[in-house]
Amino acid sequence: MSEKVKDLRGTRLSAADLESKDTITFRGRPNAKYAWSAGIAYTKYLEELKNGRIVGRRCRQCDRVLVPPRMFCEQCFRATDEWVYVKGTGKINTYSISYLDADANRIKTPILVAVVDLDGASPGIGILHKLGNVDIEKIHVGMPVQAVWKPTNEREGSVTDILYFEPIKEE
Amino acid sequence: MNVKRRVAVVGAGITLFRRRLKETGKELSYLAANAALESAGMTMDDIDCVVMGTAPDAFDGIHMKADNLLDGAGATRKPYSRVYVGGGTGVFSPIGGWWHIASGLFDTCLVVAEEKMSPCIPHPQTAFRTIWDPIITRPLNPNLVWIFALEMNRYMKTYNIPKEHIAMVAVKNKGNALDHPSAQLAAKITVEDVLNSETMVWPVQRLDISPPSDGAAALVLTSEDVARKFTDAPVWIDGVGWSLDSAYWTNRDLCFPQYVAEAAKMAYKMAKITDPPKEVDFAEPYDPFTYKELHHMEGLLLAKKGEAPKLTAEGVTQRDGDLPMCPSGGLLGVGNPIAAAGLMKCCEMFWQLRNEAGKRQVSGAETGVAQAWGDLMQVGTVTVFRR
Repeated sequence: MSEKVKDLRGTRLSAADLESKDTITFRGRPNAKYAWSAGIAYTKYLEELKNGRIVGRRCRQCDRVLVPPRMFCEQCFRATDEWVYVKGTGKINTYSISYLDADANRIKTPILVAVVDLDGASPGIGILHKLGNVDIEKIHVGMPVQAVWKPTNEREGSVTDILYFEPIKEE
Repeated sequence: MNVKRRVAVVGAGITLFRRRLKETGKELSYLAANAALESAGMTMDDIDCVVMGTAPDAFDGIHMKADNLLDGAGATRKPYSRVYVGGGTGVFSPIGGWWHIASGLFDTCLVVAEEKMSPCIPHPQTAFRTIWDPIITRPLNPNLVWIFALEMNRYMKTYNIPKEHIAMVAVKNKGNALDHPSAQLAAKITVEDVLNSETMVWPVQRLDISPPSDGAAALVLTSEDVARKFTDAPVWIDGVGWSLDSAYWTNRDLCFPQYVAEAAKMAYKMAKITDPPKEVDFAEPYDPFTYKELHHMEGLLLAKKGEAPKLTAEGVTQRDGDLPMCPSGGLLGVGNPIAAAGLMKCCEMFWQLRNEAGKRQVSGAETGVAQAWGDLMQVGTVTVFRR
């Protein structure tokens, strides 16, 4: 704001004002529904998750193994070349501990979230997932973890076919 | 780079920033646009074209809302366009205005940015549920704060940054905002207050986050010839830059925002800045979270990688320090009506460079840099203003 300007423009409205019958407000809720095709790359990715395997795509030009897979390399801007299975193990790249649900409601039992760099993918190629069966105090960047899968008959071809990643017990 | 004409800023205006404002988005746009025109000594008759910056439609709940907002921006029957790059929109909107004039196509452009987040109830966070890839991310039920917490932790771990240093950004910006009449969350707080505030998504705590807000801001841009007719003290847009990275944010190292650095390099090259920390007098880096001011100082090449927290702890970024950051009070203090918050940063540069910032004035300010950021941590927008 300029010191030359003396009038402040805008009228504050409280939460109570917005709820109150004295204030004219209108309510609505969109009712749009969608059905998405998973596409070429993700269809294979999800089918393989159902099989208990994680698949990526290799770009031979930059020699990266990309997970999640895509049919083209966004850096080389050419078609990727082949399907490559990566491991269900990896290391925590970064993590956080969420006391908020998807709608920003407070939750008592935190959701443990991480980016996991998968073994067999290129360095720095990670996926977003959850952590489980882990002592919160012991989670750290670089921690070796492994995928814990849903029982075969409960898998549906979704990223949630992996329940979470848990620490690999050190021998 | 072939820039045909120099572009001036000759007016700026903003509304109050508040959690909820009674005015509609259109009415807010009008208030800010008119304030900017008054500050320039112009009327709508002097304006050739209008650029609107407004961020996700889902907050206002009006699909393709720029068309709805058009009347409030004074754009009826004028060349009008909306620019949009998520949270980066506020600083991108004057870049959109700059194209119109630098190209020689128009002599004057009104740039308006509006955001009303309050209509989305009970919390605008719900609108972010549809930002995610529906196939591979939405089934995990993510909250948008997750990704910032993941980035913050990566940044802290990579450079071994103490949380205390990050908390100082909230103390500084909320304190700076005490001198900003529009501010929503100005406060005198301590580092302990930040560290003791509720943990939302660790390491992000309550006082690390900027609030949802309603508000609008506007700038008047002109060619050099027109600027000379209206003012003796034009402010120049000497550099603009923007860059976007892939939406596959889990496939790159989050410790450094390379796309911000690309945008900054473009803007510095245009402004002929070769040593940013020496040649920039103050900056308004995008600060929706405390750590982002530090991350962006480094992305803007105003600090070496991992060193912005140390500079902050040493007081370098205070308003009376060697390299002030967010003298306005930033998003943490003034508020975060997304697109309007980014443009507020450009308004602040205008007032600082005209020596009109009152108690917020940075002494000897001649060159300022504003920056915004957004989408899935993938966009950097940068402007360099000089007096």
